[in-house]
Amino acid sequence: MGEKPILSLQGITVAFDGERVLQNLNLNIRDGEFVTLLGPSGCGKTTTLRIVGGFVRPDEGDVFFDGKKITDLPPHKREVNTIFQKYALFPHLNVYENVAFGMRVHKKSEKEIRRTVHEMLEMVSLTGFERRSVHRLSGGQQQRVAIARALANDPKVLLLDEPLGALDLKLRKDMQVELKKIQQATGITFIFVTHDQEEALSMSDTVVVMDKGVIRQIGTPQDIYNEPKNAFVADFIGESNILDGVMHEDFLCEFAGRRFPCVDDGFAAHERVDVVIRPEDIDVVAPSADTLTGTVTNVTFKGVHYEIIVDVKGFKWMIQSTDYQEVGAEIGLRIRPDDIHIMKKSEYSGMFGDYSTFSDEMEEDMAAAEEAEKQE
Amino acid sequence: MKAKAVSAPYLVWMAIFIIVPMLLVAYFAFTDSGGAFTLDNIAQVGQYSNVFLRSIWLGALSTVVCLLLGYPVAAIVAHSSLKRQSVLIMLVMLPMWMNFLLRTYAWMTLLEDSGFINSFLAAVGLPTLHMINTQGAVVLGMVYDYIPFMILPVYSVMSKLDPSVIEAAQDLGADGRRVFLRVTLPLSMPGVISGVTMVFVPSVSTFIISKMLGGGGNLMIGDLIDMQFLGTAYNPNLGSAISLVLMVLILICMGIMNEFDDGESQGGGMLL
Repeated sequence: MGEKPILSLQGITVAFDGERVLQNLNLNIRDGEFVTLLGPSGCGKTTTLRIVGGFVRPDEGDVFFDGKKITDLPPHKREVNTIFQKYALFPHLNVYENVAFGMRVHKKSEKEIRRTVHEMLEMVSLTGFERRSVHRLSGGQQQRVAIARALANDPKVLLLDEPLGALDLKLRKDMQVELKKIQQATGITFIFVTHDQEEALSMSDTVVVMDKGVIRQIGTPQDIYNEPKNAFVADFIGESNILDGVMHEDFLCEFAGRRFPCVDDGFAAHERVDVVIRPEDIDVVAPSADTLTGTVTNVTFKGVHYEIIVDVKGFKWMIQSTDYQEVGAEIGLRIRPDDIHIMKKSEYSGMFGDYSTFSDEMEEDMAAAEEAEKQE
Repeated sequence: MKAKAVSAPYLVWMAIFIIVPMLLVAYFAFTDSGGAFTLDNIAQVGQYSNVFLRSIWLGALSTVVCLLLGYPVAAIVAHSSLKRQSVLIMLVMLPMWMNFLLRTYAWMTLLEDSGFINSFLAAVGLPTLHMINTQGAVVLGMVYDYIPFMILPVYSVMSKLDPSVIEAAQDLGADGRRVFLRVTLPLSMPGVISGVTMVFVPSVSTFIISKMLGGGGNLMIGDLIDMQFLGTAYNPNLGSAISLVLMVLILICMGIMNEFDDGESQGGGMLL
């Protein structure tokens, strides 16, 4: 992985019909990096990808490729290739001709085309499908053809626009592993767009979390998960309890009416902060004067663990534990200093991280609504 | 069982108004005025081969002109905003709201030697043109009347093209010309084929346009058939024979056309 950026977005601003989609976006991507743009729908991640592909021209700012400005270069002259959300295979061509398309356009020799197509189809395990019409392929197979077609062009950067969105869970997991393997084998820079945080964490070298057209955090998956910069990132990446707190001095904070030793420093004395505690970091202990104490209000079995909602003086915490707790039971919550993560106050403070409205039913409703929205 | 019951009225309709008339045409074609079997009518059709050739030539010419003019129009409409599309499509259809005969009369008054266009040319001091009673006038009339049948099917296929497929072609390095030749054109072929069919068939068998704009010298098959049934040459048996031969010729043309389409869709990538 080189240190010099292969791709650089500088001060990108885009508006569609007067509506801001991206706002002063700056992003450097190194050669050979697997970068994921992660965020909810409408956060601007796909637009960012389309700017790199050349399909959207930014209103302000510039795109640099290998140090050269490519802002005004049309898509067909850019050394990047895209895997589209719905694959966008050519319906009038068979598998072989789909994969060969880019090479034919670039006037490669028939011999070279045959060799490369063979190689690409072998890489995506579709040998023997050359003459097959693309209509007669399953979703997963079409996906593989799209990957082979893009890679056959030998791009410097591969853009992937939610490529796994239409696959079922099992296939999705397999393709995640496969894509990661292909990326490592070819050394091509991948820019991957997704709204699935788990996908982002498991595949990427670098995760770029976006919301409302602004980058909220850039970091390794570990950084993003363990050291979220604000309540939005903490909430979007996994489950979090986010509490209003005060940082009294270095390594000492207060929340939920108690003082806790912590590992964070560098805040002003008595600065108001957001405190993040991941549900899996909380230990359930017997209630005592030294611990936070609350009443269990809801328990859900999730397979690997139980999701337990605990009411502590009106604030509802989520705990993930492998031990079952009775609804109505009094339990103690033990939190170790390195499980506490302190964040500066942000525009997102108070919007996330309280499970008082939590119920399984509501989550299902929301999932259904989201699904319906996607299908529109 | 239920589907069959629902389709019954349609099947009866088809039998009465399509199958039976076709059988009657065939029956008349192979019988003389007394009702006895004969091949004379078919044999007589041969003497009109020049009319057949002229009809197919003018029909093909009109179809090509309709395609060359209609395809870009369809593409422009398909790429407009949705609101604009409905306005443009209405404009394409607008002439069809007026009676076909009236439209052709209008062209007559425009093209006549002392018609509107020539009066205008004379008024501004330019030499006048002889336009009426030429093949050009016939083709113009047919293009004017039938071009919506080219634009509409091409438009309907093009407006359903997935824009991301076009983007994929650009992404893989195809410039505007290659995107058109390798993706847009092959994918719009179904629309082109049905447009060509819908223009070619009525063009070849038209009778009123050629009579009104082409004069006596540009007789077409339609006029010939018309004369056998309603004209002075009254001979329904010969008229049926000509119709039958025309039908067979059109079927052959369409067959060749569809063959061409199949070849196109399978080997599209091999072109260039």
